[in-house]
Amino acid sequence: MSVTLLIEQLLNGVQLGTMLFLMASGLTLVFGVMGLINLAHGSFYMVGAYATAAVTASTGSFLIGLAAGMTAAALVGALVELLVIRRLYHRPHLDQVLATFALILIFSEGTRWIFGSSPLWLSPPSWLTGFVTLPGDTRYPIYRLMLIGVGIAISIALYLLISRTRLGMRIRAGESDREMIGALGVNISKLYTLVFALGAALAGLAGALVGALQSVQVGMGEPVLILAFVVIVIGGIGSIKGALLGALLVGIVDTLGRVYLPIFFQAFMPPSEATGVGSALAAMLIYILMAVILAFKPKGLFSAHD
Amino acid sequence: MTNTTSLSKNAALAPEADRPFDRKGLVQMALLGLLLLLPVAAYFLGHIYYVNLASRITIIAMAAVGLNLAIGYGGMVSFGHAAYFGLGGYVAGISAYHAFDITPFMTWPFSVPGSDNLLVIWLAAMLLCGLLALVIGAISLRTTGVYFIMITLAFAQMIYYFANSWPTYGGEDGLPIYIRNTLPLFNNNMLDSSDALTYFLICFTGLVLAMAITSRMMKSRFGAALTMARLNDVRLATAGISPYPIRLVAFVISAAITGLAGALYADLNGFVSPTMLSWHFSGELMVIVILGGVGRLYGPLAGAVLFVMMETFLGGVTQYWQLFLGLVLLGVVLFAKHGVMGWLAGRERNE
Repeated sequence: MSVTLLIEQLLNGVQLGTMLFLMASGLTLVFGVMGLINLAHGSFYMVGAYATAAVTASTGSFLIGLAAGMTAAALVGALVELLVIRRLYHRPHLDQVLATFALILIFSEGTRWIFGSSPLWLSPPSWLTGFVTLPGDTRYPIYRLMLIGVGIAISIALYLLISRTRLGMRIRAGESDREMIGALGVNISKLYTLVFALGAALAGLAGALVGALQSVQVGMGEPVLILAFVVIVIGGIGSIKGALLGALLVGIVDTLGRVYLPIFFQAFMPPSEATGVGSALAAMLIYILMAVILAFKPKGLFSAHD
Repeated sequence: MTNTTSLSKNAALAPEADRPFDRKGLVQMALLGLLLLLPVAAYFLGHIYYVNLASRITIIAMAAVGLNLAIGYGGMVSFGHAAYFGLGGYVAGISAYHAFDITPFMTWPFSVPGSDNLLVIWLAAMLLCGLLALVIGAISLRTTGVYFIMITLAFAQMIYYFANSWPTYGGEDGLPIYIRNTLPLFNNNMLDSSDALTYFLICFTGLVLAMAITSRMMKSRFGAALTMARLNDVRLATAGISPYPIRLVAFVISAAITGLAGALYADLNGFVSPTMLSWHFSGELMVIVILGGVGRLYGPLAGAVLFVMMETFLGGVTQYWQLFLGLVLLGVVLFAKHGVMGWLAGRERNE
């Protein structure tokens, strides 16, 4: 069992990590370029999942649903930026936290109002159900493997976008000196709206993809949001590279901890107690990891800002 | 930094003159007076529900007084004060659990029995919350800005998940408190806290004490140093005072006040659960501090009155009341920076 279990759980960890990266990359871009801390990022995750579930249910096509989910999240993101976020760039972090906390309340209750409290069901299309056999006789769901693939593809695309295109050049310039690129004639407000919408679209994609694995419900974005915050704090706020590394680290440590800590404690404890202690410790593990990393590197592993 | 701004910030350091009968003084006295008189009236008219509602407002206000010390006076935006509120609650819950079961809380290295004595519970809640804040603060205060917000949130989540998955004290189902704790008075008389009005008066005394301590502290040399650590920590360091210990002490006191409020809240509800530790509650406490007015002595009280009233009465009208709370909050953050007290009582001199 042990090698098979290890491979399976490692893959689960990478899958969680790639989905966290989709959330964290948007958060860290928005913080790096605009200096804004956005709690409402989890709401875009939820919007993406609901839009995908609704469109998939009416058209019958998961891919059309996915496109609709990303588009809806990007549009909602752009709208929120234009109406609210824009006024917060020069405000202290406390105001940003509160205004975006207010947005969470508005989005969550608004969604509950429109769709009701019971979760929506979204299932992966038939061509993505089933298992593949990996080396070592591990049977692994195709859909989860596909999520890892999508995560890797998005990471590469994001890397190319930021390092090779004109938009990416402006984003990097915005991270290092906001005033200067404005002075050089770049339309800053358009750039900000674009970056914000891009982050929202990635969050929406993550929500839709994970929504097909779990259920689509109000508040689904909040646990992921907090994990994504842990990721960007570990990686260094503003750094895409840090977000990728942090996401994989958090994904793998969290997944392996939940499986192996109870087993580990069974070596010297009665099983019922070991499960309790192990799962309690596993739930805290990534926060302990974060505290340890910040105790040695208060700005995270790859900080873009001082 | 220009001369004029540093001058105006110096003015902010000067102790406030006590002028009880100007507009601000009157608003504050009215607020506190109504909070005391309305529940007493409700009690004698037989509306116990409103007495308990007032206790709830008072306790939440007290928790916010603690948070206001960190955010408003110390400039430390803690997104994890639910940790102290919840820990205080669990101290009350676990102590009562062992007193009810007549089992010791721990036997090694020394035996600690459960207790139904409120003074013991309160002291333990404040000490443990202070201790927790000392550890969390010592690590978190090495960081600033967004990192500080995130790391305090993460520590609170750590404790939330621990309480959620630790089965001994109820896990995610929470822990009911079956006994009503008592408060020892002189001559071995016990004050029974199960009477609604008695309990409200206990909470009210606690709130007034917490506000008095905050006010006294902010007028002391320590308060001046804390204000300067918020405004300009380099200047404080130049004056020979290291900002880090000043902030840490303020953070610990802030947590102890919030923890005491948590212990009171658990006894009021007769129940503790991980909900008291959730990040939503941390957010709500911040909302209350902002609604009332950051860094104002009566701000948390005004914010708590407004928040709990909205929750109770708007919640009775529509189940989607949080949508409207969100809109109100957004309006306050974007357009009314100085909160309810700023609107009612005029701006503080340093604003």
